[in-house]
Amino acid sequence: MAATEQDVQRSEIRWVVWVSLFVLIIFGLTVFAALVLHRNPPSNLERIDPKTLHLSGEFTEPNRGTRVEQNGQVTTRIVATQFAFVPPCVVVPADREVTLRLASPDVIHGILVSGTNVNTMVVPGYVSQVHTVFRTTGNLLMPCHEFCGLGHSQMLARVRVVPAAEFRPDAEGRVSCAAP
Amino acid sequence: MPRHRNLVLAHLWLAFAVFAVAAVFGVWQMWVRSPLHAPYENPQNYFLSVTLHGVSMGYVLTTFFVMGFGYFVAETALRQALPWMEGAWIGFWVAAAGAVMAALTILSGGASVLYTFYPPLTASPFFYIGLVLVVVGSWIWCAIMIAAMARWKRANPGQVVPLAMFATVANAIMWLWTTAGVAVELLFQVIPAAIGWTDTVDVGMSRTLFSWTLHAIVYFWLLPAYIAFYTMAPEAAGGRLYSDTMGRLTFVLFLLYSLPVGLHHLFMDPEHSTGFKFVQTTLTALVTVPTLLTVFTITASFEVAGRLNGGPGLFGWLRRLPWHRPMVLATGLAFVMLWFGGGGGLINMSYGMNAMIHNTSWVTAHFHLIFGGTVVIMYFAIAYQIWPQLTGRAVDAGELAQQRWQLWLWAIGMMVMTLPWHWLGLEGQWRRVAHFDYDDPLIAWWGGWVDLSLLGGVMLLISAWLFIVNLARLHARQPASQAGPQPLHYAVPLHPITRLPAALNGFALWNVLVVVLMAAAYGWPIGQFIAQPSPAAIVHHVDRPG
Repeated sequence: MAATEQDVQRSEIRWVVWVSLFVLIIFGLTVFAALVLHRNPPSNLERIDPKTLHLSGEFTEPNRGTRVEQNGQVTTRIVATQFAFVPPCVVVPADREVTLRLASPDVIHGILVSGTNVNTMVVPGYVSQVHTVFRTTGNLLMPCHEFCGLGHSQMLARVRVVPAAEFRPDAEGRVSCAAP
Repeated sequence: MPRHRNLVLAHLWLAFAVFAVAAVFGVWQMWVRSPLHAPYENPQNYFLSVTLHGVSMGYVLTTFFVMGFGYFVAETALRQALPWMEGAWIGFWVAAAGAVMAALTILSGGASVLYTFYPPLTASPFFYIGLVLVVVGSWIWCAIMIAAMARWKRANPGQVVPLAMFATVANAIMWLWTTAGVAVELLFQVIPAAIGWTDTVDVGMSRTLFSWTLHAIVYFWLLPAYIAFYTMAPEAAGGRLYSDTMGRLTFVLFLLYSLPVGLHHLFMDPEHSTGFKFVQTTLTALVTVPTLLTVFTITASFEVAGRLNGGPGLFGWLRRLPWHRPMVLATGLAFVMLWFGGGGGLINMSYGMNAMIHNTSWVTAHFHLIFGGTVVIMYFAIAYQIWPQLTGRAVDAGELAQQRWQLWLWAIGMMVMTLPWHWLGLEGQWRRVAHFDYDDPLIAWWGGWVDLSLLGGVMLLISAWLFIVNLARLHARQPASQAGPQPLHYAVPLHPITRLPAALNGFALWNVLVVVLMAAAYGWPIGQFIAQPSPAAIVHHVDRPG
């Protein structure tokens, strides 16, 4: 039991050292995850005008949903709007890198995909982008997780993860939930 | 009896009355989200309720409690009258009028934007103006706290400012810095849009300005709890404060590191780069330090008390602490909740890992556990501690037992409510919805856990009302015949401070450092929207049909 003032000071300093080590370890793990495992939050700083995104450009009707690009990259484009996702169901392949791109023409939305670490805000004025690999097949939930108005609770989409063999793009590279 | 007892009582009773009502709304919301059928269940009522609950607990309970407790500390710790008594009452009435204006607007259905606003959703301007008035009232409080300390220092040159007051002024200064972000957002973006002067809003800018306020505000709520840890709990335990200097350092660190960390609320946002998110992750890691210092210093102070009571061995002192005293019991329970809540917070702040839990029930659980648990249980303990001073009535053994019941019920209820929320959050239960479709096989299993958390909520509601009853009963009693309650003493340090660096007896240096840190952490994150505004979003008025 510390008695003198020096003892108190020494014990406090010892504790500060332990605390600093503890914080450094956590911080080191974060750096490791960021630099080595590339676990970074979605931060692509890409701007888009919410007033016109439905009229021209990549978020117009024919471009929405999942598509295999020329270079083989799988991209899924979704518009988050009061109070639905368009399209409300998307198909993605398992065990293959998928890029989700979302934009909002009206207010703030946000998504997560149940059972995965997919998570991003969808802020009007910006394109949100998440790279991920879905490891399990089946239907996943993709709810809006940010308050967007009285209909917020109904805003729920589905992500259908299919095995590579069942992921069959059409002539234009598109795959949709409606297709057989 | 303090001269300013009516001033303090007015603030605290308003805070607790609002708290008791808002607790009812909170439980109803959980009922709506559960598989059970709740009355009045529809989205309009649900989001009205969420807004009212958040505004009441986050803005009204906290602000009025901090102000009332601050006035109490300023008088009792400095042993001098307040510098500007009329100003204090003006601040109270301005803030109270603002709170009533905001509450009426919410109840009319014209402000269902939740207490965190989300522009381009826009409520009736009266909602925001009411909240601005609450803040203006609290600014008057800040000025009075700063003036009280300055006057005391002039009258006592070279003397060490009592820790309780030093910490209160740290909180006042922090609050002035904190409110700057939301004030700019409301005055320049949201209120002009709500009135109809502008019809678009830069959402990137508004989110960033709000984030400036969003983290430091929780430390504004938290600091009264820490003031009680340092200056009341060691005395109640029958011991000494282990280190007064460490206390000062802790409050200075809170002033410095609670502000430049708000971007960690925007980790999942597309309008900021990984670079600045990482800078603020680093600063957020540092804000754990004052809490960890506090855990050590207060535990050591309790150990001193336990050993003075003859507690043997490595842990024997724990059993010799006077747990029958509400302040001691509440501190112990607060630490348990801090352990879980703080641990969850470490995950929230961990940059990439935030993706696991962002906007899930995990986050709701985290801040209910830290704020509703650790902080509010200390609000209870502080009220129990100072109520005899304010009312001139001593507490008897039966009333003490009832206070302990109330505290235990609160802590257990908080755990029963938030542990299932943490679990469901990890499993992806998303936030801010009025209902879940429990027929969906993917989430059907959530039902039982949600019901369990509702049970915790009911325990909290009972505890909240028991708290009000406990306080009211003291008022109803006859004043103590002659002796009256024991006078309140703040904790004495183990070794009285003889020398103190001037930097730890004032805030000049620390204010300069706040400016430097904020410029580094927020300069470009805000500046980017001035250099190149985001494509504007169209304002959506929630208070106008169609």
